[in-house]
Amino acid sequence: MSREAILAAIKKNQPEYQALPDLSAFGQAGPGDPAAFKKVVESLGGQVYEITSFAEIQPLVAEHYTDLKQVVAIKDAYLPGAATQWQTGDGRQLEHVDLAIIPGQLGVAENGAIWVTESEIEVRVLPFITQHLAIVIDSKHILPTMHDAYEQIGAPSTGFSAFIAGPSKTADIEQSLVLGAHGAKSLTVFIIR
Amino acid sequence: MEQDHKEHSLLAETFNANESRVDWHDETLWWVRQKRDRMAWSIPEWEELREAASRIKHNVLGNMHDYLIEFEKNAIANGAVVHWAADAAEHNKIVLQLLQKQGVKRMVKSKSMLTEECHLNPYLAEHGIEVIDTDLGERIVQLAKEPPSHIVLPCIHKKKEEIGELFHEHLGTPAGNADPKFLTAAARQHLRKEFIQSRVAITGVNFAVAETGEMVVCTNEGNADMGAHLADVHIACMGIEKLIPQRKHLGVFLRLLARSATGQPITTYSSHFRKPKEGQQLHIVLVDNGRSRQLGREDFRNSLKCIRCGACMNTCPVYRRSGGHSYHNAIAGPIGSILAPNLDMKDYADLPFASTLCGSCSNVCPVKIDIHQQLYKWRQVITKEGYTKKTKAAGMHAMNIVLSKPGLYKTAGGVGRWVMRTFPAVVNNGMNPWYKQREMPAPPKESFADWYKKNRK
Repeated sequence: MSREAILAAIKKNQPEYQALPDLSAFGQAGPGDPAAFKKVVESLGGQVYEITSFAEIQPLVAEHYTDLKQVVAIKDAYLPGAATQWQTGDGRQLEHVDLAIIPGQLGVAENGAIWVTESEIEVRVLPFITQHLAIVIDSKHILPTMHDAYEQIGAPSTGFSAFIAGPSKTADIEQSLVLGAHGAKSLTVFIIR
Repeated sequence: MEQDHKEHSLLAETFNANESRVDWHDETLWWVRQKRDRMAWSIPEWEELREAASRIKHNVLGNMHDYLIEFEKNAIANGAVVHWAADAAEHNKIVLQLLQKQGVKRMVKSKSMLTEECHLNPYLAEHGIEVIDTDLGERIVQLAKEPPSHIVLPCIHKKKEEIGELFHEHLGTPAGNADPKFLTAAARQHLRKEFIQSRVAITGVNFAVAETGEMVVCTNEGNADMGAHLADVHIACMGIEKLIPQRKHLGVFLRLLARSATGQPITTYSSHFRKPKEGQQLHIVLVDNGRSRQLGREDFRNSLKCIRCGACMNTCPVYRRSGGHSYHNAIAGPIGSILAPNLDMKDYADLPFASTLCGSCSNVCPVKIDIHQQLYKWRQVITKEGYTKKTKAAGMHAMNIVLSKPGLYKTAGGVGRWVMRTFPAVVNNGMNPWYKQREMPAPPKESFADWYKKNRK
């Protein structure tokens, strides 16, 4: 067992304790700017639609995606007629999902990140394994910075959660940006006003 | 470890044989550095963020013992199994035992510089287990049987035509196709099969939060999530210095990490792993491997603040022109050069000298590590310990004699100028390292001291 030896060496070698810095100056009071949020998401390769009701999602989906065979919608109202009973299994049942429409808890205006947790998506791999991802977020839930986001989120309540900012991407081949590495090839964000 | 490689300057010479390629490498990395600058300049409080990050990490160094215990307690409460490894060998053994228990012969791994440091892949291969690296850049260098040359951009040294050839050979893509979009799509298909088949996934860890026992893993590709969420067993390997005290501190580090690394506002995915999914096992391997020793080195402990963004590499004039492989260490560049001597002072004695000490690394470091100061300090430690090459030591000794005696210095200068004027071939030849890639300057007729005497008196 190396635990005791490692801890003893650390205790012996660690420098004098120094207090943590105060982070309160970093947060910004008030809501985040939806226009700034939209701009960043677009710069990351995502597309953003401002809508006033869930009913507007279906025509936009029909217009922008062709050949959708399997669609998972977390709320029935997002897309009536989407797949049902997709939750059963170890995640591999979602291998052929073309589009997943999920809710986001909050968005961050400074970097386009959207907070998604296990309690909404139910199956952890869903937003990653789907070919295309759409996230629905309330414009009132857009915050200015990451500091404000963590302040709002507070202590963890689920086993898994993630910030998702744009579609999956890579620039590993000669720094050429390519969307669609291993996760979703595209990201659409619906901002409900 | 026996020295079975050449030293940095010789490896850099090989890299420098192809001049246009060096220029391309240099410019590509400088372009990434410029993207980082634009991002940094767009945040008015950037410098305050760096200062806060540095101080949070300093707090971690001074309280690491308690934070580790706190993290372990919370991780266990979350349902994870926590393992402790004193060194690379123990880390590899722990991982192997977990894999053998599952009876797997093939598994997926997302980016983890720690497993590179521990040489996990070759160790598992010796035991009949194949690791599939799933980060695109890492998969490319794995197919090429090379180590990554950069911690964030593993195949930054490769041309797309070479990648096209590799994919043609290993993945069956058409010969001659070197289109990044096409090749990425081919890799996506190939690796999806691996994700679906794999029952075990190894990931690295970017940040481990003591307060919550959760781990944050950052990727752009989504490979860590594809692997971990589909696997029955998730093994997360982390160096003990990845700890941060509280969840709110992630706000500081996630703002700095991707902006410093690639000039993005944040990585596509910042995944917070807290509990294993239902029916899944989550194993966390906490690795020391010299870190507790480095913690005790007052001059060098700040190197443990590193968040592995790679900004110091992108900005380094030596790294950009010598390539990551010339550092013969899992972590290249300035940060690798101050971490490596702690692991093996003799084997890595050349690395702190692979620098101009210009300080650019320290200026871009998001956690304000005094990298160039540490490079300078390592040189002194290494020389004192007697690990410098005999020729270098002899040269330094001769210089010390000449520079400390004004009369001798004056005579030597006069002789030197006379030799350079009369027999230029003595210095203008391949034996003189200063002549490589350079023209020697024309020798002046008189020394500065002579000129000063004439003009000021």
